[in-house]
Amino acid sequence: MTGSTETMNMIEAINSAMDVMLTRDPNVVLLGEDIGYFGGVFRATAGLQKKHGKTRVFDTPINECGIIGVAVGMGAYGLRPVPEIQFADYIYPGLDQLVSEAARLRYRSAGDFIAPMTVRAPFGGGIFGGQTHSQSPESMFTHVCGLKTIIPSNPYDAKGLLIAAIEDNDPVVFFEPKRIYNGPFSGYYDRPVEPWAKHAASAVPQGYYRIELGKAAIVRNGGAVTILTYGTMVHVAMTVVEEQGIDAEVVDLRSLMPIDIDTITASVEKTGRCLIIHEATRTSGFGAELAALVQERCFYHLEAPVERVTGFDTPYPHSLEWAYFPGPVRIATALHKILKD
Amino acid sequence: MSKSPAAPVTNLAPLSLHIPEPRFRPGDTADFSDIGVPGVDAITRPGEGAKPDTMRDLAYGLIRVLDFDGAASGSWNPGLSTERKLAMLRTMMLVRAFDDRMFRAQRQGKTSFYMKSTGEEATSVATAMALDRGDMCFPSYRQQGILIARDYPLVAMMNQIYSNRGDHLMGRQLPIMYSAPDHGFFSISGNLATQYPQAVGWAMASAAKGDTRIAATWCGEGSTAEGDFHSALTFAAVYNAPVIFNVVNNQWAISSFSGFAGSERTTFAARAVGYGVAGLRVDGNDPLAVYAAMEWAANRARTNHGPTLIEYFTYRAEGHSTSDDPSAYRAAQEFAAWPLGDPVLRLRDHLIADGCWELARHDALAAELETMVKAAQKEAEKQGILGHGMLQPFETMFQDVFEEMPWHLKEQCAQMLKEQHAKFGADGDAR
Repeated sequence: MTGSTETMNMIEAINSAMDVMLTRDPNVVLLGEDIGYFGGVFRATAGLQKKHGKTRVFDTPINECGIIGVAVGMGAYGLRPVPEIQFADYIYPGLDQLVSEAARLRYRSAGDFIAPMTVRAPFGGGIFGGQTHSQSPESMFTHVCGLKTIIPSNPYDAKGLLIAAIEDNDPVVFFEPKRIYNGPFSGYYDRPVEPWAKHAASAVPQGYYRIELGKAAIVRNGGAVTILTYGTMVHVAMTVVEEQGIDAEVVDLRSLMPIDIDTITASVEKTGRCLIIHEATRTSGFGAELAALVQERCFYHLEAPVERVTGFDTPYPHSLEWAYFPGPVRIATALHKILKD
Repeated sequence: MSKSPAAPVTNLAPLSLHIPEPRFRPGDTADFSDIGVPGVDAITRPGEGAKPDTMRDLAYGLIRVLDFDGAASGSWNPGLSTERKLAMLRTMMLVRAFDDRMFRAQRQGKTSFYMKSTGEEATSVATAMALDRGDMCFPSYRQQGILIARDYPLVAMMNQIYSNRGDHLMGRQLPIMYSAPDHGFFSISGNLATQYPQAVGWAMASAAKGDTRIAATWCGEGSTAEGDFHSALTFAAVYNAPVIFNVVNNQWAISSFSGFAGSERTTFAARAVGYGVAGLRVDGNDPLAVYAAMEWAANRARTNHGPTLIEYFTYRAEGHSTSDDPSAYRAAQEFAAWPLGDPVLRLRDHLIADGCWELARHDALAAELETMVKAAQKEAEKQGILGHGMLQPFETMFQDVFEEMPWHLKEQCAQMLKEQHAKFGADGDAR
C-alpha cells in the first residue's frame, strides 16, 4: 500500500523513507550529529524526533567511530540502526568499525551476529564546500567485502532504495548526492537551479515501497553508446546527451555493490561503446572496476576503448571547483572521442 | 537477526535510555541563575610544577580574576601592565569588527562561508598573548584571534576568505581555513580534533630536539568526543609533552548542547584527571583569567613539567557558521542571559574602573577599528571575491598534490587546460 503520491525533493523523500520505516518497524532507530531536535544540518530528519520520540531519533556526540560502533552493538541486540554521518568527508574516524567490524561480523561469526545498519551520508561537491565537505569516497567502500553501497539520483529512487537498505540485513552505505538535494543539476553552475517539482521522479508515494538493491535503471534508451553513471552525474550526463543530440543509453547504476551486471552487459553489447562518468577522483575510482567488468564481459562487442570521465586526482579545490568538476565540456569531449573511434 | 541470550523472567523495572536535553529551546526564557560563579579568590594559584594529583580541584572550579564590578584581584591576577591590557582589548575588538565585516560579506554573496567568534574572543586573543611568538598553535576553526593577536595582515585573511588572487593558499581551502607558519599557526582542517595529536607530535619533536618552544592546540567542547582528543591526551601524558590543550566550551556544537559531549556528568577540564594531566577550568569570558591560565600552562610546559588541559567556560553568541540558524534550536536571549557576560565589555569596564579608559575612547576605538577593517576589505576585494570561483591560474589545482607532479597529473592538467580554453577562450578572460 503506497497511498497517493506527493511532490518531494530528495531531502523530503529521504525523510519520508525514514518516517515510514520508523512507523513500520519498532526496531528502526536513527542516530547522528544534530539529527534530533534540529532535524539534521540538511533537514533530512526534520520532525522525526518529535513524531517518533527521543529514544528512536537522537543526537550523538561528535564521534563517528562511536556512531558506527554503537550501531554495530544495536544490531547485535536486534535493532536496525540508521546512523547519519553529517558529511561523507567525516566518515573516516568510523572506518575501523565499518570495515573491520560491521562488514565482517556476519562472516566471522558464521551468521551468529549481523550488522543490519544503513549508514547515510551526504557526499559529493558542487556546493563550494571545499575539500572537507565535497568528497566522493564511494570506491573505498565498494572495495570492502561485506558492505553494500547505494547512491540514488532522484527523490523516487532515494525513498525506495533507502527503505530497501534499512530492511536489508547487511550493512549498507547510503551516499546522498547533496548537490541535487533540492533540484537536479544540469552541470552548468551559472544557470538557475531547477526545482525537483519539474522532474517526473519528484512524484513520490507517501507510503511504503521498495526499490531492490542491485538493480540499475535505464533512464534513457539509446543505441550509439552506453553511459554508466550514478548520483548527480546522471543529470549532467542527460543534459549533455540532449544538448549534443547523441543517441546514448544512460544507465543510472543506483547500486554500486551489488552491481547490476546484467543491465550493464546487455546495454554495452547493444551499443558497443561505453563511457563511465563519476565525480570521484579517477585513480582506483569505481570507474576502474566498471571498465574492468565491461572489458571482461563485453570485449568482443566493443567498437572503441572504454572511456572514463571523472574528477581529477586532486583534493576538491574550493575556488577552482568548477574546473575540477566533470562538467559538460569534459563529458562531451569524451563522448565525441568514443563515437569517432 | 543477530542471536541473543534468552531474556530472563524477571520482575525488575524496565531499563530506560537517557537522551540529554538542553534546558532551553526556542520560545523558552533562558535562566542561568543556577550556574555557580565562584568568587575570584575561590581558587589559589598553585606553582607551575605542581603535581596533577595535588591540584584536582582546579579542574572542577572556575579560575577568575575580574569580578563583575571591573576589579581584578586574587592569586591568579596576572598583573599585566595597562598597556598590555589595552592591547588585549584592542585586539579583541578588532577580531569582533573583522567577524562582523566578514559575516556581512558572506551575506552579500562575496564568499561561500564564514564563522564568527563573537563572545569567545578572549579564548584566542588572551591565550595567544600569553604564549611566545615562537610557540606553535594548532587551532580549530574559530581561533582567528590568534592570527590577529600575532599581527597577521587582515588583508591576507580576507584574501583567503574570498579565495581570491591574493590568497596564498590558492583558493584551495574553505574560507577561514588559514595557514600561517611564520605566525606559528598550523594549517586548519575541516575535520574535528585532528589537530590535537598533531600538536602533541610537534611538542614531542621540540622536546626530543632540546628546543624551548612549546605547542598549543584548541578545540570545542563538542570535539572532545572525538577519538583524536583522547589519543592526544594519552600520548601527551605518556611522553610528558610540552603541549597545552585548550577546550573552548562555548556550550553549543552546531545544534548539540554540551551534554552531548558529557557535560551533564563532569567538567571538560576533568578529562585531564584520568590521564594524570594538569587540568584548569577558567571563566572564558574573563580575559585576564584566560591569560593567567595560559601563562601558567606555558610556564609549566616550558620547564618540563608537562601538558595542561584548560577548559574555557564561555558561550557561542552567534550561529555555528553562516550555514547555521541557532534560532531553530536554542532560546533567543541565551547570550544576553549568560552569567559570565561579554569578554570585551568586561575588560573595557575593568580598564574604566582602573581609571585608564573611558566610554568615549572605547566607542572611538570601535569606530576606528571598523574603518580599518573596511579599508582592508576594500584592499582585499581588489584581488577579487569568490563569485563562481576560478580566480587562480587553473594549473595551480594540480600543484602540491605531490612535491613532484607524476605523469597522470600532468596529463589531467593538460586535459583541464583544454577544457578551460573551450569554455573561456585562449586567455581565459571570460571566466
